[in-house]
Amino acid sequence: MTEITKQTLSDLVENIKKKKVSSTEVTKAFIERSKKSKKLNTYITENFNAALDKAKKFDEKPNLDLKLPGIPIAVKDLFCTKNVRTTAGSKILNNFIPTYESTVTKNIWNEGGILLGKLNCDEFAMGSSNETSFFGNVQNPISQNLVPGGSSGGSASALAAQLTPVTIGTDTGGSIRQPASFTGTVGLKPTYGSCSRYGIVAFASSLDQAGPMSQNVKDCALLYEVISSYDKKDSTSIDFKRNNYSQKLTKDIKGKKIGVPKEYRVDNMPKEIDELWQKGIKCIKNCGAEIIEISLPHTSYALPTYYIVAPAEASSNLARYDGVKYGFRAEGKNLIEMYEKTRSEGFGEEVQRRIMIGTYVLSSGYYDAYYLKAQKVRKLIKNDFDEAYKKVDAILTPSTPSSAFKIGEKNNDPVSMYLNDIFTVPVNLAGLPGISIPAGHDSQGYPLGLQIIGKSFDEQNIINIAYSMEEKIEFKNNIKDWWIG
Amino acid sequence: MSKINSEYFIKRANKLYEVVIGLEVHAQVISESKLFSTSSTKFGAEPNTQVSLVDAAFPGMLPVINEFCIKQAIKTGIGLKAQINKFSVFDRKNYFYADLPQGYQISQFKDPIVGEGKVILDMPNGQKEIGIERLHLEQDAGKSIHDLDPRNTFVDLNRSGVALMEIVSKPDLRSPDEVNVYIKKLRSIMRYLGTCDGNMQEGSLRADVNVSVRLKGTQEYGTRCEIKNVNSIKFMQMAIEFEANRQVNLIEEGKNIDQETRLFDTKKNETRSMRSKEDAHDYRYFPDPDLLPLEVSDEYISKIKTEIPELPDEKKKRFIDKFKLTPYEATIMVSDIETSKFFEETIKSSDIKLATNWIIGELFSVLNEKNLDITQSPVSAKNLSKLINLIKDGTISGKIGKTIFELMMDGDKDPQKIVEEKSLKQESDPKALEKIVQQVIDKNKDKAKEYKAGKEKLFGFFVGQVMKESRGKANPQLVNQILKKKL
Repeated sequence: MTEITKQTLSDLVENIKKKKVSSTEVTKAFIERSKKSKKLNTYITENFNAALDKAKKFDEKPNLDLKLPGIPIAVKDLFCTKNVRTTAGSKILNNFIPTYESTVTKNIWNEGGILLGKLNCDEFAMGSSNETSFFGNVQNPISQNLVPGGSSGGSASALAAQLTPVTIGTDTGGSIRQPASFTGTVGLKPTYGSCSRYGIVAFASSLDQAGPMSQNVKDCALLYEVISSYDKKDSTSIDFKRNNYSQKLTKDIKGKKIGVPKEYRVDNMPKEIDELWQKGIKCIKNCGAEIIEISLPHTSYALPTYYIVAPAEASSNLARYDGVKYGFRAEGKNLIEMYEKTRSEGFGEEVQRRIMIGTYVLSSGYYDAYYLKAQKVRKLIKNDFDEAYKKVDAILTPSTPSSAFKIGEKNNDPVSMYLNDIFTVPVNLAGLPGISIPAGHDSQGYPLGLQIIGKSFDEQNIINIAYSMEEKIEFKNNIKDWWIG
Repeated sequence: MSKINSEYFIKRANKLYEVVIGLEVHAQVISESKLFSTSSTKFGAEPNTQVSLVDAAFPGMLPVINEFCIKQAIKTGIGLKAQINKFSVFDRKNYFYADLPQGYQISQFKDPIVGEGKVILDMPNGQKEIGIERLHLEQDAGKSIHDLDPRNTFVDLNRSGVALMEIVSKPDLRSPDEVNVYIKKLRSIMRYLGTCDGNMQEGSLRADVNVSVRLKGTQEYGTRCEIKNVNSIKFMQMAIEFEANRQVNLIEEGKNIDQETRLFDTKKNETRSMRSKEDAHDYRYFPDPDLLPLEVSDEYISKIKTEIPELPDEKKKRFIDKFKLTPYEATIMVSDIETSKFFEETIKSSDIKLATNWIIGELFSVLNEKNLDITQSPVSAKNLSKLINLIKDGTISGKIGKTIFELMMDGDKDPQKIVEEKSLKQESDPKALEKIVQQVIDKNKDKAKEYKAGKEKLFGFFVGQVMKESRGKANPQLVNQILKKKL
């Protein structure tokens, strides 16, 4: 049997079901590797002892009908976990221990999953490199001093470094797909309304979606079917018919029509990215699907639209962190001073920047020019996709305009940082599902991802396309455990 | 309906100023649970015992609309004869305060659930229509308690998230009296509907009062000031009076009125500036992304319409048409749903005219005196109607009726029993009465002579003497007849 931590989720599930390995052994293996991998700084809070206890309990009375039988899983620290500290990567929630569980994580535990720990992320999921976390940078296991992407950077890094068999992230503008692309892993941003937002620390409510991150497409399908559920506690949750995605997995995508949007061929796009895209197009054709050139005319407005809508919602969503009820409080002479000190000391720079942008675009006199206009453009972007989907079944684009960059490289240039999201943001604005799969390497050997965008609730289709491409591409992640020993 | 003129003006030298008033009434919705959470709304619980994770704005908590509150708002809208909007939106009103856990209040801004409507006021000089601008739903905030500790403020979140209806009137009110009648009418409609209990002591009904003044006859509105959060009709009237005079004085002195928010100090009986227009909050309203727009169907609205009870205006019309009450009497009888219930219960088996007089006269004066609600009436409708029947059929006189009424108040006693116990039955036997009359005449022969000689005023004296002899039980009509015959 292969080393436990090198196995995929599907392998582990099978081996546990066949009693070839126990939950305790699996859990121990991931804990040990995690302990040796502190240099990556992926964990904010470890839950190792409790996880081992749970694994032992599972082994005493194993329920092998579950989808994730005794599988240890570390999750992004944006999901509230009962009795386990939840920080959202922020000082302001440094001491916050929820008394409740998010629906998505509850779904995982209900299927036998065991919480291994809480993974680092950009503060309140605001960032594309995991550098805004109060708990420090995360190393990309691909190479030293390389960012893992963000905001689900800790999740991507832990997954690629095999510290957890699968993980979950959240994606507001690319926060699952971009780090997946930077670490050579698979990441799915589901249709808005597919996964409940209940118990997830909110960044931008109309864009936030939780999603699975995994070593391969099959694992992604399995974890997705576990976490997606209709939830009355989230008014934006949608009651549609959900599949057993992993069982309906097929590599047969013959006759599918795949759109390639010309507007995604952006200025100054590295040649490597274009080559990757061409490789994907060829691969699609080899799978028996048809490539169709399409147009998404409002693409160039997506990023500015996103950077109005998301900060606007965030500025309001983060108002509750005021030092009054829970979390960090700095003392002040009076209420106003307490607010000012708490929020100045409790929030990092990027979060403060976005609160200010958001407050500005919502303020009277500017609302119409910014927020309202952005909402109109958002509708146009959605219409672009609706038009395109009259002709095609899915859309193929690169996941990111570049490969992973060095820690600190873009720190002083927020706009260049924001440009990372250029291919992922339109998908969030339109509420569509998108999956990033690893598809190649750049000249430095860093992974690059391709994104497949689907119709609403058509996750099965894009998962199948990804599954089919995965086989043809035969991507291998080149990770040398440089941080161990 | 013609718009009647108010008699209320503020006089200065040879000028008359008209006062223009608009109200934003905050009415707490009757509902077991809060607008967006399942916590209880019961009044008077221990602080912070009715607070869910949603109410306290814990991370990742989401609002879920309480459909019952939507229904209540629609009901109220129908009661205000208003447009029900099939599409409405919940917005966030952003501001920081210690008792506002989310840092925003979920309210409705551009698209309220209820649009324009009207309320009819019965004023002494006729009816007046007050326009309703809109009704929207919003969350209440928590309560900051400043007087428990010299240095700290305490926060009670029991009220946080409780559903309020904000009912905004058009600037159609012209006097403190009209405000009084308007609030009472609004409260009456909501109590009929069961959508707000209107209890001002518990804060279930409070209002922001917008006041401006202008010279009589001018069309343009003056600059208005908003007096925040006034919680009794009396204070509203006092605040308006003070504020209108303050504004008139400023104009008379040639000064400008600043558009501002003011507070009414109930101890000093004056309004004070709270914040100027420049300092006004920028609430940064935007649609709450946690909630989808609210859409209600025609069928849903129609179904609610079938649940609407007879409202005061319709009831009043029926009381006038069917029971022949005067408009004045009908207005009183329908002013409160419980009064109208009491009235209808009473007249089920007794004379309408007598019942009306007894309720408006005796019963109300007792309730007033004892400061009781009609639901706490010491005399039940059933026993009152028995009393009225005893009077009507001549068993007792009206005067004895009043005595019996006093006795009934001790534990809602049956008047029939009192009559029997105290032998208060009216003497209507002509022979017995003739005997008494003869005795009285015999005792007062001189006066009888004078009467016969033309001093007719003495008739009353004889009636009085007969009643005295009979200890009030003599049937007055019979006494009159017999006396006339004998004298």
